[in-house]
Amino acid sequence: MIGSEALVRALEAEGVDFVFGLPGGANLPMYDALVDASLRHILVRHEQSAAHMADGYARIKRKAGVCFATSGPGATNLITGIATAYADSSPMIAVTGQVPLAMIGKDAFQETDIIGVANPCTKYAFQPRAAVEIPETVKKAFYIAESGRPGPVLIDIPKDVQQARENIQFPDLIKVRGYNPIIDADLSQLERAVETMIKAERPIIMAGGGVILSGAFSELQAMAELLMAPVVTTFKGKGSFPENHPLAMGPIGMHGHPEANKIIIEADCIIAVGARFSDRSVGRFDEFGKGMTIIHLDVDPAEIGKNKAVDIAVIGDVKASLRTAVKMLAKHKVVEKTKDDPWLKRRKELIDYYADTIKDYPRELTAKKALKKLREILPSDAIVTTEVGQCQMWASLHFDVISPGTFFSSTGLGTMGFGFPASIGAKAAKSQATVVDIAGDGSFNMTENSLAVSVLEKLPVIVFLMNNYMLGMVAQWQRTFYNRRYMGVHQNSCPDYVKLAEAYGAQGIRAESMNDLEGAIKKALKNDVATVIDIAIDPEEDVYPFVAPGTGLKDMITGA
Amino acid sequence: MAGLLKTADTLSQDDAESWHIVAALVENKPGVLFRVTNLFRARSFNIESITVGSTEQVDLSRMTITTKTDERTLDQLVKQLRKLIDVVEVRVLDSSKTVYRELALIKMKAEEPTKRMQITTYASVFRANILDIDKNTIMVEITGTPDKIDAFKNLVSSFGIIHLARTGVSALPRGEY
Ligand SMILES: Cc1ncc(C[n+]2csc(CCOP(=O)(O)OP(=O)(O)O)c2C)c(N)n1
Repeated sequence: MIGSEALVRALEAEGVDFVFGLPGGANLPMYDALVDASLRHILVRHEQSAAHMADGYARIKRKAGVCFATSGPGATNLITGIATAYADSSPMIAVTGQVPLAMIGKDAFQETDIIGVANPCTKYAFQPRAAVEIPETVKKAFYIAESGRPGPVLIDIPKDVQQARENIQFPDLIKVRGYNPIIDADLSQLERAVETMIKAERPIIMAGGGVILSGAFSELQAMAELLMAPVVTTFKGKGSFPENHPLAMGPIGMHGHPEANKIIIEADCIIAVGARFSDRSVGRFDEFGKGMTIIHLDVDPAEIGKNKAVDIAVIGDVKASLRTAVKMLAKHKVVEKTKDDPWLKRRKELIDYYADTIKDYPRELTAKKALKKLREILPSDAIVTTEVGQCQMWASLHFDVISPGTFFSSTGLGTMGFGFPASIGAKAAKSQATVVDIAGDGSFNMTENSLAVSVLEKLPVIVFLMNNYMLGMVAQWQRTFYNRRYMGVHQNSCPDYVKLAEAYGAQGIRAESMNDLEGAIKKALKNDVATVIDIAIDPEEDVYPFVAPGTGLKDMITGA
Repeated sequence: MAGLLKTADTLSQDDAESWHIVAALVENKPGVLFRVTNLFRARSFNIESITVGSTEQVDLSRMTITTKTDERTLDQLVKQLRKLIDVVEVRVLDSSKTVYRELALIKMKAEEPTKRMQITTYASVFRANILDIDKNTIMVEITGTPDKIDAFKNLVSSFGIIHLARTGVSALPRGEY
C-alpha cells in the first residue's frame, strides 16, 4: 500500500464520509486514492470554502470535518478557514500536500512552511515523514481535534511520502503523552459551586459555546429550571438554551439583547458554563462581574482566570459537570421560587421595558421584521448560520433559536464569507434539515462561488441575503464614530444577485416588501435547489443596542 | 528568537518576588522549541531566558524558562504551556528548593599586567576560571546563579567588556522536591 492509500483508509476508519477540497500537484496521489474510496469528495472553487464547509459539517455532526488542499497557495488558502475553526473550537482535520522531503527548505515551487504558518491557529500540526507513520498520525489527529476543547489539526504530507510503497500497519490504540484532556467533573469544586449557587439570591447562568460543543443542552436546561435562574448566553452560546424558554434572556455582549446585558450586571452570582469571557461578550474585563461571585465551568484549564479572575472554577467537560451539578442540586432541594420571586419579576420587567423602549426602524421591510418572518416560517429544527456584520448581529437579536444546537456563526474570528460554505457543510452533515445562511452582501461576495458547489453537489441551502449594498457594519461604525465620513463601504448595486444565482443554476428571488419576502421564503422551502433571497434592506438601518468597544455592558446604547 | 529574549540584565534580585523558574519536559523532536517560543510571542509573555537540552531520557528534553512576571501571568504561562501537545510536564520551581545555575563567558580588555592580576584575583574570589589570555584580552568563565553573574559582571565592567555570552538558567529541584 502507498501512503496516500493509507491516508484515505485511515480516514475511512475514522468514519469520514465527506472530504471538501481542491487538488494540485502536491496532493495528486491523495486524489488518486480518493477515486477508489467510499467517502464523498466535494470539489470546492476556493480552498477557504473547503475549510469552512468542513467546519460547518463539524458544528452540526459534532465530529471533525475534513478538508484537502495542495501545497503552497492551496494550503495558505485554507488558513482563514482553519483560524476560524480554531477561534470557535471547531474540530477539523486539514490535510495538505507538501513538496517532496528532499525539496523541503529549498524554496521549491509551491513550497510554503505550512506547519509554521498554521502553528498559531491549530491545536497541532503533523508532518509524517514516512508512509508508515500516516495511519497513526491520522488517528492522533482525530483524537486531538475532537477531544477536550476541540480544534483544527493539520496533517502536511510530502508528496514522496504519499507515494512511498511500504508495509503499512493500522494501530488500534494511540497515546499522546503530552495531551491529557480533563473530562470528568471536579467533584470537590463542584460541591462548592453548587452550595454557592443555591445561596445566591440573584443567580444568572451565562452559557457559552462549550455547552453546544459538548451537547449539554438538557443538562443546562435542568440546572436552570432547578435554580430558576435566568439564562443569558454568549453569542457563541446562542442556541445552547431554547430562546423561547421562560427563563431565556438571549445573548449578552456588544450587540446582545438589552435585557440580557442589563440583568447580568444586576446578578449576585454568575454561573459561566463553557464560556471564555471574551471582550465581545463581557465588555470591559475589569468592570464585568464586579462584586459578584463568579463560578466558571470549563474543559480548558487555561480559560480559568485568563480574562477574568473567578471565585470557583470547575474544570471538566461541561456536560459531565452539569450532569453532576444537577444531581447535587436535586438532592439539595432548592427552595421553590414562585412567580413573585423578585429576581424573576425583575427579568420580566426588563424584557417588557426594552420591548417598549427600543423603536423599530421606520420602514415597511426591516432586518428585524425579515428575521421574525423567517423564524415564523422556518421549521424549528432548521439549521441557521450567518455571515458577519450587521446581518449577524441582527440574527443574534431578532432570530430566536428554538431547537438547541441548530445555530452557529463565526463568532470568535468574525470571518466574512464563512456562513455560506459552512451552511453547505452543515447540509452535508444533516441532509434532511433545512439550512439557512443569514447573509450580508459583502460577506456573501467573499465565497459566493460556492453556489456552484451547492448546485452541482445537490446540497441546497437558502442564502437569506440582507442586502444593503453596503459593508453595513463598517458603515454603521463610520456613522457612529467617524461623523458619517464613509470610506470603502459602498457596494454600488453590484452584482445583481438574482442573475448571479441564476448564472450558477440556483434560484434567485428579489424581495422588496414583507409580502415578497414571505412568498420568497415559502418558495425557497419548496424548491430543492439552492436559493438566494435578495432582500432590500435600507443602508441606513443600524443595529441596536450597541456596547461600544472599550466600554462596559452598563454603557449600552439602545438607540432609543 | 533574538527579539524575544530580553537581555539578562533585567534578571536581578530587586524584584525577587516576581522572578520565576519554570521547568518543562518536552518531546525531543524538531519544532518543539519553535512551538514554545511562538506561544510566548503570540501571548506577549516576556521571558528572561530559555534553555533546552537533553535529559536522562532520549526522547525528552528539559526546558528551563525564567521569567519576571506577576502571579496571574505566570499562571497563564504555565497553563498555556501545558496545553501544548509536545509539552509533557510543567512545574514552577520554588527557587529555595531548587538548584539553578547559569554559565557566562566574558571577554575583557586587559592590556596592562596590573589589570590582568586584578581580573585574576576577582575571578578566583568568584570561583571563575580564566579560559583564554592573549596580548590584549582575557576570557573568564563563570558559573552560578544569575545574581552572582550579575555581580561579577558589574565588578569587571570597568575593565571594558568586549563580549559577554550567557547561557540562561538550567535548574533541577533539590532532593525529593
Ligand atoms: C474577512 C473579513 N474582512 C473584513 C471584516 C471586517 N468587517 C466586519 S463586518 C464588515 C461588513 C460586512 O458587510 P456585509 O457582509 O455586507 O454585512 P452587513 O454588515 O452589511 O450586514 C466588515 C468589512 C471581516 N469581519 N472579515
